[in-house]
Amino acid sequence: MIRRRQVPPSVSLAEIAPEVAKLTRRRLLRHGLSLGSLALLTGCDLSTHSGVDAALWAMLRFDDRVQAALFNPQRLAETYAASAITRPFRFNAYYPVWETRMVPDDWGLAVTGLVADKTPWTVDRLRGLPQQAQITRHICIEGWSQIGQWSGVPLHLFLRHVGADLRARYVAFTCFDNYSTSIDMASALHPQTILALDFEQQPLTPEWGAPVRLRIPVKLGFKSAKNLESIAVTNTYPGGFWENQGYDWFSGV
Amino acid sequence: MDQFQAHRSAHPLPIRIMHWIGAAAVICMFLSGWAIYNASPDLPLTFPRGLTLGGWLAAGIAWHISVMWVLFADGLAYLAYGTISGHFWRDLRPTGPRALLRDLGDALRFRLPHRLGHYNAVQRLLYTAVILCICVQVLTGLSIWKPVQLAWLARLFGGYPLARNIHLAMMFCIIAFLAVHLLLVAIYPRTLVSMVASTRAEGEQ
Repeated sequence: MIRRRQVPPSVSLAEIAPEVAKLTRRRLLRHGLSLGSLALLTGCDLSTHSGVDAALWAMLRFDDRVQAALFNPQRLAETYAASAITRPFRFNAYYPVWETRMVPDDWGLAVTGLVADKTPWTVDRLRGLPQQAQITRHICIEGWSQIGQWSGVPLHLFLRHVGADLRARYVAFTCFDNYSTSIDMASALHPQTILALDFEQQPLTPEWGAPVRLRIPVKLGFKSAKNLESIAVTNTYPGGFWENQGYDWFSGV
Repeated sequence: MDQFQAHRSAHPLPIRIMHWIGAAAVICMFLSGWAIYNASPDLPLTFPRGLTLGGWLAAGIAWHISVMWVLFADGLAYLAYGTISGHFWRDLRPTGPRALLRDLGDALRFRLPHRLGHYNAVQRLLYTAVILCICVQVLTGLSIWKPVQLAWLARLFGGYPLARNIHLAMMFCIIAFLAVHLLLVAIYPRTLVSMVASTRAEGEQ
């Protein structure tokens, strides 16, 4: 499942938001409604494609609200013994493994938006914060799942450390491989949501998201963004690479 | 209208409405489920894209989690109606192994003396089975949608990966039911009429 969209750099998402919305709607329209069979089988009224399309998007937003209501910030994802770890662990990204991006020489983790301290972070500084290890199930939106081991800085500690506004609605992540995603603040503050630095007790290598990735076991796998470049705390809906194409935004498990 | 009220309807209006809403919802769940399945097929088969609802993963999911509310509401209404109206007790209650063996023997020899509004032992078994299958389908669906928040439900089905396989297996069970169901409707087209229009139940033998 590989799909790529060219987003010109140096343009902020806010500037192009209306166009992105139009594009993504058109995309769902094209992919979602190219079906004559449905009309025959269900008698659904497909006379106005845009109407059905808008209804699907509205249902996705409704579903997001239901999922947020179902989310219990205290409930922990099941953890497993080391013997349960899936080996070999499956590589997954929106590109094949041979296209994995190397870490830029001048890499630093930027922190932007509603935070007090916007100093960029190095891996050494991140390792200076308290670390947490987990063996949890990574569940892909495609349905497959595997058990992996990660450790790193709990995101709630990190957000408090940088003086983030914890009442903000979203935490957005961008990556130097041009991926992006975003999560709700409640899920960002979940005790098992970490900025992972290690995979199977070794520092992350590029294919597993070096130098730092998000690992969030209360969301579907595509939310666990690799190769992070910046974290933003915001009240403006940030969307994301897959979310803008129709993956349901909340995607909690 | 009055002349019908004197006699029992083969299928009361609420049943007919809920049947068709449920049928449409189940078919949409099949077609959108196939689009989701195709993203990561566990069996050596994929469904033709033209047969799926949505065509690709995200749209399939959008359809699946939209139609699930229709199925959920229709199913709950049907379970409530079936219990309160006596439909389950009158029409679906098992009538004993002897009647089942007799009616199964008849059915396998294609002796199908169908009377509108009456359910033989095989029908009772099959309709009960498909209702249970759909209930399991909704529960396994919920458990793989929320394997952390509804971890108890996922555990009930043996954990996320197994619950997902049960969800897939149930789909095939419901399709098998549908094949038999549609075959019998094709043999007795008047049963289709009775599920659409108000039709008087046929008399006792």
